[in-house]
Amino acid sequence: MNLVKLKKSNKIAFKNIVKTLPIIFSMLFLVSIITNVVPKSFYQKLFKGNLFLDALIGDLLGSFLMGNPITGYIIGNELLKSGISLVAVTTFLVAWVTVGIFQSPAEALFLGKRFALFRNISAFFMAIVVAIITVLIVNSI
Amino acid sequence: MKKNKKQKDSSKKWYFLSLVVLIYGFVSWYAPEKSLPILISFIKLLGQIAPIFLIIYIIMVLTNLYINNEKLRKHMGDDAGLKGWIISILAGIVSMGSIYVWYPLLKDLQQKGVKDKFIVTFLYNRGVKLQWLPVLLLYFGWVYAITLLIVMIIFSVFQGIITEKLINTFDKPKYNGLIKKQVE
Repeated sequence: MNLVKLKKSNKIAFKNIVKTLPIIFSMLFLVSIITNVVPKSFYQKLFKGNLFLDALIGDLLGSFLMGNPITGYIIGNELLKSGISLVAVTTFLVAWVTVGIFQSPAEALFLGKRFALFRNISAFFMAIVVAIITVLIVNSI
Repeated sequence: MKKNKKQKDSSKKWYFLSLVVLIYGFVSWYAPEKSLPILISFIKLLGQIAPIFLIIYIIMVLTNLYINNEKLRKHMGDDAGLKGWIISILAGIVSMGSIYVWYPLLKDLQQKGVKDKFIVTFLYNRGVKLQWLPVLLLYFGWVYAITLLIVMIIFSVFQGIITEKLINTFDKPKYNGLIKKQVE
């Protein structure tokens, strides 16, 4: 194995980890604040208990709160613990990593307006489809 | 310009952390009884995440060691059929760092004739992060985690096809031509 390459890879990986730390710390801290301050009944109020409506709410939340997957998993887990349906949480998780409302101006700048618009729209609806299929499979196993 | 963008991104993270600390300060001032439980929750969450960072670190070293951007660029360069799908899926999964870093490369590929469906599939699969898989497993269990990732990978292909079809349908010159033909 090339030692120089290994050193370089090591450095890049270390840098990438360190770069994510402020965001991860912030998100973990924010989640700790929210879980202790916001009553669990708030999420139950936000989500209506209707499968499709909840999926849509999860989708909207995930689309606007885009970020690192790990932070999405943390929030998703908290939502699940609050009694939100797995379909809504999955829609939230998928939208979190695939729809980027805040990134879309940059995406449009580089890849074209139509590209950014249609990619985000299709990812938005795809999140619901992916969530329903995932939960159906998980429940059948 | 790139440096400025990087510096901007980097300062945003610290602004965000400062904002969260400020929120904590405000909450502690408004409801002092909440300050300790918040800290305990935070430490608990950190404790859950910390061991996983070692695994994530090893995966990152390995992907950096064996996969380079030039190779990815070469094999996603044209309408490569099945090979193109596989490469765009794998490239999306192993790609690291902020998406802003990838946009210039994707633009370059797009201009060189890479199909939009491959770029869309690549972007979709950036959501499938193997290095974060241990966290997903920890929180949701392996059945759910594996199922979700497989379904996402399969549907990334559909998203690529659908998005490209939509882009082509509403492509200005083609769209105008279609309207002209209908008028004639």
